[in-house]
Amino acid sequence: MKDTRATARPIITLEAVEKYYGDYHALRGISAEIRQGEFFSLLGPSGCGKTTLLRTIAGFEDLSAGRLFIDGQDMAGVPANKRPTNMVFQSYAIFPHLSVAENVGFGLRRTRLSKTDKAARVEAALAMVGLSGYGGRAAHALSGGQRQRVALARALILEPTVLLLDEPLSALDKKMRDQMQGELRRLQRQVGITFILVTHDQEEALIMSDRIAVMFEGQIAQLDTPQMLYRRPVSRKVGEFIGVMNFLPARATVADETHIEVEAAGLGRAVIGPDQLPGGWHPGQTQSVGIRPETMSILYPGETTDRRVATGVVEDLSYYGDMTYYEVRLDGVERPMTISMKNLVGRPVLERGTEARVAWDARSLVLFA
Amino acid sequence: MKRPLRVYAILYLAFLYAPIALLPVFAFNDGTVIAFPLRGFTWGWFEQLTEIPALHAAVLNSLKIAVSTAILATCLGVLAARAATRFAFPGKKGVMGLIMLPLVLPEIIVAVSLLVVLLQLGLSLGAWTVILGHVLIATPFSIAILNSAFQGLDLSLEEAAVDLGETRLSSFRLVTLPLVMPGIISSLLIAFTISLDEFIIAFFLTGTEPTLPVYLWGQLRFPQRLPVIMALGTLLVLASVLLLAIAEYARRRGAARTGQKDAGGFL
Repeated sequence: MKDTRATARPIITLEAVEKYYGDYHALRGISAEIRQGEFFSLLGPSGCGKTTLLRTIAGFEDLSAGRLFIDGQDMAGVPANKRPTNMVFQSYAIFPHLSVAENVGFGLRRTRLSKTDKAARVEAALAMVGLSGYGGRAAHALSGGQRQRVALARALILEPTVLLLDEPLSALDKKMRDQMQGELRRLQRQVGITFILVTHDQEEALIMSDRIAVMFEGQIAQLDTPQMLYRRPVSRKVGEFIGVMNFLPARATVADETHIEVEAAGLGRAVIGPDQLPGGWHPGQTQSVGIRPETMSILYPGETTDRRVATGVVEDLSYYGDMTYYEVRLDGVERPMTISMKNLVGRPVLERGTEARVAWDARSLVLFA
Repeated sequence: MKRPLRVYAILYLAFLYAPIALLPVFAFNDGTVIAFPLRGFTWGWFEQLTEIPALHAAVLNSLKIAVSTAILATCLGVLAARAATRFAFPGKKGVMGLIMLPLVLPEIIVAVSLLVVLLQLGLSLGAWTVILGHVLIATPFSIAILNSAFQGLDLSLEEAAVDLGETRLSSFRLVTLPLVMPGIISSLLIAFTISLDEFIIAFFLTGTEPTLPVYLWGQLRFPQRLPVIMALGTLLVLASVLLLAIAEYARRRGAARTGQKDAGGFL
């Protein structure tokens, strides 16, 4: 999409990175470039290797094979304490025996700054995360959100080339998390440092990232912008992991380089473009189409449309206040599909068993092998 | 139901501590016979303590052995506790079990087997052989205490220090050591107390210089010296209780400081 950083130089380059723990193959041939100044997320279910990859970049894990460059420098043999990266740990790892200021200033121990310079840097770092004047407090007496900010200030005070964040928001409650998502994003723009965030929360990744690498079983399944990941997932697995996606059995009937005809159960025949096969050119092996809930809508009696229309029955619904999620079973399809509708004025919530006309567009379909 | 339980608890405590409570009673009793009725109050037995050179030598010897034992057992305890709480390795449970075994082994068995081994090797007995034996029995206690200190530590703490530019060693010194220091102090004091009070191993392994308990045992042959021993015993009990109390205080304070739950201990 409109990625202003598309031309930025790579700050981290991963070349065929492999990691074994004994027989366990944690990272399987990871190759990627992370660009200067971007907010990059490693997204995946637990055990997919995202944290391992982050720790590899930090220098806490050795590579079993492959190469890692940070700012053009090969990191082979460079220990964690010599790398231009700093990390915000999942537990925050705030030193409980030190004050807030001593925690934040910990990284300055080995610099040659004078005491007053150090104190000024610490105060500036605290101000940056909204904790001005907290320096004298005991670290163990802070709340979860404050600990997180201290961890951030402590990691940023050395002005690292890359800031690594290991599920930094998972320990916070929902309200606090929403607030910190916004603050982290603002902070990243303000300091201009490359952030690499590990998360299992797809919503969090979509909200915060410039680009996301979706990982499954030690491999990057897709590396893309949030919009592309959401609209054009390369596989059913990615489509399922990010948001909600409906899948219908389908096969491609006519196919050439510019024009593909598919026959999807319940929807009928449609003509789509080659960009709707993000997983690669595979019309012969097409098994299903995917379609997002909000790209469809249920037509109310008397409502007309120039979109395609399919018919079905409302089997179930979940009312969320602002939205209603309908489970609609299209004629000729076994499983119901989810359709989300905004609850606007003049749009009563439909009841179970209502016969429904469903409007959809061929542009919203994604084909999967 | 409650009353019988209370009576039972009181009887139980009396059985445990009444003999010890008699120590100070006779230590201040102005008579050489250890029997009621009491004769009157005196500081005399305590004064006599200051006039026995052999006793002073034994005390000095015991202190030397106890301090060495405390330091060695605590060092070994730190290494073992760190390994046990931080790393997974094959045979870990077995190894830890073997290390903790001296806790339940009869001391006399340990003492006799150590004696046999030392004599077979042709080594001469002395303070260092007692230290060896005491380290063996004190180390499990040190590990138990230090395990609880290390267990509460977030593994990310040392990594965070490394991440901020420190080496592995300086991270340990700057972060881990201060956080487990209460555990270390507690371990030092308890190992010290164990060594100071220990008799069986010292009896078998000591050479020509007896430790304090061994010296005490030797003096029991002379009934007229019994009150002096009572006085000395009183001092020993006081010192032991005091040391254990300080040790427990240090352990609890450490637990509170790192924000962990109080997970047992010895007191």
